Amino acid sequence: MKTEIIAAGFGGQGVLSMGKILAYSGLMDDKEVTWMPSYGPEQRGGTANVTVILSDERISSPVLDTYDIVIALNQQSLDKFGPRVKPGGMLIYDTNGIHKHPERTDIRIHPINAMDAALELGNTKAYNMIIMGALLEAMEYKIPMENVVKGLKKSLPERHHKLIPLNQQAIDKGRTLLKK
Amino acid sequence: MKEITLMKGNEAIAHAAIRYGCDGYFGYPITPQSEVLETLETLMPWETTGMVVVQAESEVAAINMVYGGAATGKAVMTSSSSPGVSLKQEGISYIAASSLPALILNVMRGGPGLGTIQPSQADYFQAVKGGGHGDYHLIVLAPSTVQEMADFVGLGFDLAFKYCNPAMILADGIVGQMMEKVVLPEQRPRRTDAEIREQCPWAVTGRHGRRKRNIVTSLELESDKMEVINEKLQAKYREIEANETRWEEIDTADADYLIISFGSVARISTKAKEMAEEDGLKVGIIRPITLWPFPSEAIRKAAEGKKGILVVELNAGQMIEDVRLAVHDSLPVKHFGRMGGIIPSPSEIVNALKEKLIENS
Amino acid sequence: MNLQDIIKPENKVYAAPELLDEVNMHYCPGCSHGVIHKLVAEVIAELGIVERAVGVSPVGCAVFAYNYIDCDWIEAAHGRAPAIATAVNRLWPENVVFTYQGDGDMSAIGTAETIHAANRGENIVMIFVNNAIYGMTGGQMAPTTLLGQKTATSPYGRRVDLNGYPLEITNLLKELDGTCYVTRQSVHTPANVRKTKAALKKAFQNAIDKKGTSVVEVVSTCNSGWKMTPEKANEWMAQHMFEKYPLGDLKV
Repeated sequence: MKTEIIAAGFGGQGVLSMGKILAYSGLMDDKEVTWMPSYGPEQRGGTANVTVILSDERISSPVLDTYDIVIALNQQSLDKFGPRVKPGGMLIYDTNGIHKHPERTDIRIHPINAMDAALELGNTKAYNMIIMGALLEAMEYKIPMENVVKGLKKSLPERHHKLIPLNQQAIDKGRTLLKK
Repeated sequence: MKEITLMKGNEAIAHAAIRYGCDGYFGYPITPQSEVLETLETLMPWETTGMVVVQAESEVAAINMVYGGAATGKAVMTSSSSPGVSLKQEGISYIAASSLPALILNVMRGGPGLGTIQPSQADYFQAVKGGGHGDYHLIVLAPSTVQEMADFVGLGFDLAFKYCNPAMILADGIVGQMMEKVVLPEQRPRRTDAEIREQCPWAVTGRHGRRKRNIVTSLELESDKMEVINEKLQAKYREIEANETRWEEIDTADADYLIISFGSVARISTKAKEMAEEDGLKVGIIRPITLWPFPSEAIRKAAEGKKGILVVELNAGQMIEDVRLAVHDSLPVKHFGRMGGIIPSPSEIVNALKEKLIENS
Repeated sequence: MNLQDIIKPENKVYAAPELLDEVNMHYCPGCSHGVIHKLVAEVIAELGIVERAVGVSPVGCAVFAYNYIDCDWIEAAHGRAPAIATAVNRLWPENVVFTYQGDGDMSAIGTAETIHAANRGENIVMIFVNNAIYGMTGGQMAPTTLLGQKTATSPYGRRVDLNGYPLEITNLLKELDGTCYVTRQSVHTPANVRKTKAALKKAFQNAIDKKGTSVVEVVSTCNSGWKMTPEKANEWMAQHMFEKYPLGDLKV
C-alpha cells in the first residue's frame, strides 16, 4: 500500500493541520508517513499545500509529480493540481468559489460543499475535518477510526482535546458527502 | 525507552540533542530552522537533563559560545540557516583550528544574500571546502530523512569527540520542515564534570588539582610551529577520510547511468530512478552521506563501465566538482540543479537524465 | 641583621604573585598591562579560586595573557570574549570566569557581545583595559581615542566629523540591569594600584557570589603607541584621559 495525497487551498483553511492529523493517523496505524508542507510567505494569505504520503514501505521522494488523491480547495489549487491526479486517481474539490470545473474523464471527481456542511454542524472551524472525512472515505487504504482518533489526540495540543468529539463528528459528516 | 513519533526534522534535532546528553545549545532564530530553538525552549531540558539553552544576540555570539563551551569539554551545538551560518564561519575556523568537538546544523535556504527561505543546497562549497579562513575540514553529514536528522546528532557528536573536530549536519530546508516518522534515541545521561575532566584532559575546566594550566588557543606566532599544527590537522583529516566515509548505493551494479545527489534530493532522485526504469533505463543511485570526507573511491568504482553520471543538486553545480574529481572525467558527468528555493520534481530529473546524458551524448 | 634573618617569612614585605609565571612578558616597558596582570594574579590567589578560575583573553596586546597567569584560559576571537565567558559561566557555574579585554575588543568589534553578556547579567568579571589606542597592531585609532589624539589612522588627530566621539562603553554598561558593579580605575600610582586591586577583588567576589556582571575599566597608558616615555605617558593620561574617563565607581 502506498497512497500519495496533496491537499491545497488558501492559507488558513487548515490544510497543513489536516495533513498533520492524517499523517499522525497513518503513524498510529503503523505506516511510514511523510508530511511535506509548502511553507513560507505562501502561508500568509496565499496558497498553502501539503503532501502526505502513507506507505507500508520506506518512502522515497517527498516531492511528487502526480498524486493518487488531490484535494483542491480553491480555483488556483484546482487548476494547478487537478491535471496532476494519476489516471484512475481521485480529485476532491470544494465547489465554493469555483467557476471553472474539472473536465477530466480518466479520474474520479468528487465536488463537495464542505463549508455548507461545516455550517450545518454549526462550526466553520470544523471545515478541514469535513474535508478529512471525505478524504478518509475516498482512500482505498482505510485507516481504522480508532487510529484516526489517536492521530487527533497526538496532533492536537492537550488543551484542545475537548474538541475531539466535534472533530469526529465533522469527519463523519465529511464521509457522508462522498457517499452521496 | 525508544519512542516512535511524527515530527519535523528541526524538532527531531532538538529532541535528539537532549537525548544524546548534549550539554549546551546556543542559537539565534532564522527561518527555516527556528523550530530547533523553539522546541528546546518548550522542552526546558535544563529542568531535566541539565542541558543549557541560550538564545544568543547573534549567530556570531552563538558560535563563540559554542567555541567557549567546546573548549571546556562539554558537548555543545548550534544551529542556523545559510545567512546565519556565513556569520558563524569565523568561530567555526577557530573551533577547527583548536581541535575542539562541536556540532553545527545548517538547514540550508536559497541564496546568495538574504535569498529565500525555501530549501536549497547551495552551501555545499562552504561546508565541505572550508567556509572560514585557513586549511581545515568539518566532518559534514547530509541527512535525507527526519530519522537521519535525529540519528546524525548522535553520530555528529560521536565523530566530533572521536577526532576532536567540529562536525556539521548539512540539511536542506526540506528535511528541516518535513514531518516523518522518527524513532528517537534513548535518553542518555549527560557526562559528569568528573567524566569530562577525565575524558578531555585538554579541556579548560578550571585547574581543579591539575598542576599545569590548560590553554585553548589557535594563535601561534612562529611559522614553523604553525606549520606543525597544520600538519597535525592534515594527518587527522587523512585519518577521518580513511575511517569515516559514508554513502548509500541503490542498484549501481547493473545500471547504465548513475544519479548522484545528497540529502532529500537523493530521495527525489530515487523516485526518478523508478520512473526512468518504467522507460527501460537502468539507473543506479549514489547518495553521499558524508560530504566530507567525500566517497570518491566508491563513486569511482561504481562509475566503471557506466555511460554517464547525472549529479542532481539544489544549486548551480557544486558537488559535481567532487564527482568529476573522483572519476577524472572518464565518463560524461552532467549537472541538473534548481536554484533559489525551487525543488525539482522526479519527472524533471528523468527528463534531465534523458536530455543531458542520452539525447545529447 | 644577617641574610638569614632578612629572608625569614615574617620579614617578607613583598613577593611576586604565586600565579604569575616567572617569564619575561612581551609588553613594552612602562605598559599598564603588567601591573594589571599582577593584580589579577594576586586577587585570584587571595580569593582562593585558583582551581576554578577561567580567563578569556582577547585579541589585542593581552592576547598572550594566558602565558603569564597560571589558571586555565581560552583565547577568544577578536571581541568575542564575553560570548565565550557566557558559555563557560553557564556550563560550569562553579567556575569563576573573567574576560580581559582592550578597547577595540570591548567597545568596537565586540560591542554587541559585551553589552549582551552584561545585559544577561552573566556572573563574570570583565576587565577592560582602556588605553585609547590599538597597541598591538601599531597604534591605530580606538573607539576610546580622544578627540584630537594622533594615531596611525587619525594622523592629524581624531576629528568628530570623520571619526565620531570617544565611546564611553563603561558608562553604557552601568545603565544595564545585568551589571552589579561598574568601576573605572587606573594603575599609574601606588595608591591607584591599591584601589584597582580592591576593585578587582570586589568584582571577582561578585562573580563568586553570582551577583551578575562586574566591569572593571582600567584607564591605561600605551607609551609606545602614544610615542612617549612611560613617565610622560602617565602624565598625559592624568592630564587628558581622566577628563573624559573620570576615575571612580560608576555603579556599586
